[in-house]
Amino acid sequence: MLTADLGFLALEPFAEAFPERFFNVGVAEQNMVGLATGLAEAGMIPFVYSIAPFASLRPYEFIRNGPVFHRLPVRVVGIGGGMEYGPNGLSHYALEDVAVMRAQPTMTVIAPADHQQARSALIATANVPGPIYFRLGKDDDKVVPGLSGAFELGRIQPIREGRDVVIMAMGPIAGQAMEAAELLRAEGLDCAVAVVACVSPSPTEDIAALLSGRSLAVTVEVHYLAGGLGSLVAEVIADNRIDVRLLRQGVRSTPDGPVGSQEFMEKSFGLSAQQLARAVVQELAAR
Amino acid sequence: MPVSGRGIRRLVLEQSKRANVGHIGSALSVADILAVLYGGVLKGGAGDPDRDRFVMSKGHAAIALYAALYMADYLTRDDLDSYIGEGSLLGVHPHHGLPGIDFSTGSLGQGLAFATGAALAARLAGSQRRSYALLSDAEVNEGSVWEAVMFAAHHGLDNLVAIIDVNGQQALGYTRDVISLAPLEDRWRAFNWDVHVVPGHEPAAIASVLEGLRPGQPHVLIAQTTFGKGVSFMENQIRWHYMPMNDEEYAIALGEIGD
Repeated sequence: MLTADLGFLALEPFAEAFPERFFNVGVAEQNMVGLATGLAEAGMIPFVYSIAPFASLRPYEFIRNGPVFHRLPVRVVGIGGGMEYGPNGLSHYALEDVAVMRAQPTMTVIAPADHQQARSALIATANVPGPIYFRLGKDDDKVVPGLSGAFELGRIQPIREGRDVVIMAMGPIAGQAMEAAELLRAEGLDCAVAVVACVSPSPTEDIAALLSGRSLAVTVEVHYLAGGLGSLVAEVIADNRIDVRLLRQGVRSTPDGPVGSQEFMEKSFGLSAQQLARAVVQELAAR
Repeated sequence: MPVSGRGIRRLVLEQSKRANVGHIGSALSVADILAVLYGGVLKGGAGDPDRDRFVMSKGHAAIALYAALYMADYLTRDDLDSYIGEGSLLGVHPHHGLPGIDFSTGSLGQGLAFATGAALAARLAGSQRRSYALLSDAEVNEGSVWEAVMFAAHHGLDNLVAIIDVNGQQALGYTRDVISLAPLEDRWRAFNWDVHVVPGHEPAAIASVLEGLRPGQPHVLIAQTTFGKGVSFMENQIRWHYMPMNDEEYAIALGEIGD
């Protein structure tokens, strides 16, 4: 386990249990990934840890030329994907991490919706021979209803049945997606909801099956629209000639204005449960 | 066959001419360093998990590495003759799919971190193996080099050896004009490395330093080299970073290197 000097009140249990396997490399993310490359080449499975943008964007070229190119089992762990570090501002947000990570063909990309799913994903991927990017949420308490920690590589997790609209969510925002589905029930809409935690390898077959026969699909993510879940689903629709309308809900512009809590920030970009529900209603009305 | 600086140079010229490519000056400046490393310093064969690791961090001089790997029997003559051919793994920069190459490189500033990780892995495994990285002088412009430098010193990774090819040139000019590296020795010393300034074209002197390294700190050999070493019209000339040779230049160069 390597950390670039982050993980206060998070990594201590590991550091105390395995002091000889824990390295704080200092504020040096590029070197951290370079070190992990050297360790993995020798047969180890290093985990590198930082806040999501520092884990994914700063050392991106090291990740590409190191673990990706050499197909080594380095685990890049980014904490607080999306805008979970709300008051800290743009520097601490990760809104393009999934896009750049899934652009690498050999990179497994996992964005769990809650801590139970993160645990399952960690166990399920223990033997993956190539690199993995984990985009983790900070919350170790709240869980997404209906998910029960389910995870399978290359699969999605349906968490709510429904005949009408289908909503797919990546990350902890799946909680708001579920709330939105409940709000829409009051409007007479019966929404299905699925969690997409395994972004790469693409759960193409599951998504295609879920969308089959639907009139409207909605994607929800705290990520820029380019390259994230919405893009993935659009690719699946195009590649498989699926006849469904797609509404992508994500971050549509650079968050360069006032900051606030995670909840405030997500609301600022139209991602509260109420806003999501309203967007679905408007989309249906506009057809 | 015995690995020699002269042999590497000759192969560098032959292959660069055949493929009509440049990076000749950079390859000539590391020929003697590679001859020492592949002439007996690096321990363990390609399949040995406990082999010494070597990172050609200045990947653009790969043709010199291929020549050394050929002379040390890692690569065949056919392999070498495929250099930059269609479908060959022997590209302009080293590829880990080749026997004897542990890490692919090409983007400057990454190799020392790989080598430092390899050194840390050796320590964690309780192995005595060493990890070597060959850097260009301009490569230390990269901030990431210094991240690795600090980590290695902090952890006293004395199984790590960096060798800097100080030929004083980079792609667009002399290092003294682009970004001055001076005082290079003092900089590494200040970062708590064991610093050795060596004549980069004297194999016996390089080998002697490598044999005499003492425990306690990571080591750096600041190898004073000549860009384009051995070919008079290339020596210290910026244009030979990128330019390929014409027939006349090739004939003169071969004549100067000798058999």
